[in-house]
Amino acid sequence: MSGEPLLKSAADGERLQFKAAGSWTAKHAGAIERLIDEAVRQKPAARRVEIDLAGIEHLDTYGAWLVERLMRAWNGDGREAKLVGVAENYRVLIEEAHSVNRAAPKTGHGPSRVVVVLNNIGASLADFSQSLIALVQMLGEVTAALLRVFAHPRSFRFTSMVHQIDRVGWRAVPIVLLITFLIGAIIAQQGIFHFRKFGADIFVVDMVGILVLRELGVLLVCIMVAGRSGSAYTAELGSMKMREEIDALRTMGFDPIDVLILPRIVAIVIAVPILTFLGSMAALYGGGLVCWLYGGINPEVFLSRLRESITLDHFEVGLIKAPFMALIIGVVACVEGLEVKGSAESLGLHTTASVVKAIFMVIVLDGVFAMFFATIEK
Amino acid sequence: MAEAQKEVVIRVSDLVVGFGKINVLDHVALDVYRGEILGFVGASGSGKSVLMRTVIGLLPKREGRIEVFGVDLGNVNEKERQAVERRWGVLFQHGALFSSLTALQNVQFPMREYLDLSDRMLQEVALAKLEMVGLTADVRGKFPSELSGGMTKRVALARALALDPEIVFLDEPTSGLDPISAGEFDHLIRTLQRTLGLTVFMVTHDLDSLHDVCDRIAVLADGKIIASGPMATMLASEHPWLKAYFRGERAARRRA
Repeated sequence: MSGEPLLKSAADGERLQFKAAGSWTAKHAGAIERLIDEAVRQKPAARRVEIDLAGIEHLDTYGAWLVERLMRAWNGDGREAKLVGVAENYRVLIEEAHSVNRAAPKTGHGPSRVVVVLNNIGASLADFSQSLIALVQMLGEVTAALLRVFAHPRSFRFTSMVHQIDRVGWRAVPIVLLITFLIGAIIAQQGIFHFRKFGADIFVVDMVGILVLRELGVLLVCIMVAGRSGSAYTAELGSMKMREEIDALRTMGFDPIDVLILPRIVAIVIAVPILTFLGSMAALYGGGLVCWLYGGINPEVFLSRLRESITLDHFEVGLIKAPFMALIIGVVACVEGLEVKGSAESLGLHTTASVVKAIFMVIVLDGVFAMFFATIEK
Repeated sequence: MAEAQKEVVIRVSDLVVGFGKINVLDHVALDVYRGEILGFVGASGSGKSVLMRTVIGLLPKREGRIEVFGVDLGNVNEKERQAVERRWGVLFQHGALFSSLTALQNVQFPMREYLDLSDRMLQEVALAKLEMVGLTADVRGKFPSELSGGMTKRVALARALALDPEIVFLDEPTSGLDPISAGEFDHLIRTLQRTLGLTVFMVTHDLDSLHDVCDRIAVLADGKIIASGPMATMLASEHPWLKAYFRGERAARRRA
């Protein structure tokens, strides 16, 4: 594969002759293309063109296509091009190149930029309403499946649910405890640092207690569960969808909602309140520890102050939100999982969407609950 | 062509490959000559794909030597290895097309990475490749999930041929295709082999492919190559496994 590709032209009145030589291969395709473009650009008035390939040492598809391109530049409007000196072993390849790319390329401009932007806005709006409908539909299907289970309790996939509780609940305990403990400690530290300036250190206990029990415990746990388990639900269901496992279930007469989705959603609805309780306790513990070590509020004082400042209401408000948020996370994750199309990219896209949407909806729901509890003065 | 004149492009000698305590390939030796179509057969699970994947470097070997184009692949640096890899193309059993790229982009992918081509050239050559494997220009914008099984294999073949390789490895190219498409695919492989002067290493179970397109057949059983030669040799053999495979019920029905 030594020879540099060459293309020499020699004009002889009406006749123009090109002599090609060297390696016309993929490696030199860029160089050959420039030679050919040059030759075509000059475009002498010759009516008959001969392309002599006798000097070619190596030829592959790339070279053959470029020879063909040179030919096509001349053929038509009463002129003709001819190949001479084609080596026997390259004849088939040249013929193959001659027959391809005959279909007229599609022409026509794409839509203008304004139209594209408008189109995108419309499409995302339609997407948004579609996903809302899908969410409501899934909620309905899960409810229907749940009612069927009440009618025939034996049909419930209990083992599957226990397995999911193990994954979503039990295995999440260490990370949930660690994160909530740290957040509780950080809030207490920040509170002490700032409250101390006006001698209100002891109110840190009120702040930590109310904040953790009403809002932070449940929110932190839900965000972690959405990132940890919601994404796993979506990825599992999505790859099952990609490999037609869900279709296989359907053809065997099973409803994927009963078999796959209901156990997952029941599991997450059971696991999240438990995790919320554990997380809240860990955060209070972290807060208490920092109050003692950093703020000098000893544990007895912390506990008695805590008992004064919080009531059972605060605890209930936090915990009652947990199953609803869990339901949202589970439903969003399952809807996104079933939306996955064939490609790996689609799987990634829907897994991301699952986490982002779930966290967004959890926070919106939290706001709705805040308004509700403010109204009923709890 | 006399035996001595044939150029060996792949030489596998004394190859041992195993998982855990089991040696799947036990001192295997195999030569593949330039310009031939080698059909590689063996019982399911006998290690055909293991041999192919070891040769192309996806599995580690325990012992032995693999030479491709005279280069010992056990003893090369990254650059030399890449130079060899550019000269072969692989068609995986399920196509292994990149699911986030269109058919045309899949074919263009190796070209874009390895060659210095203008956009126009990239477009034209990739389309030409798609057309050479018998696809129309309509598939260019389609994603792998929108292609049928036969189309997927064709696009994958076009991608394997993108860099004008000298060897193509085909892993069960006709599995999962209907007999007509399988026949067309065999014909296509034969045509491309003639047009491009390819050497083809084909793992297959398709008796029709073995009869129609393979110049030579190698048989793997019990971790060893138990026979190699043209179809006539296989049919004449008295080895019980070969008899069952080539002259068994299914084979007999084929000839009926």
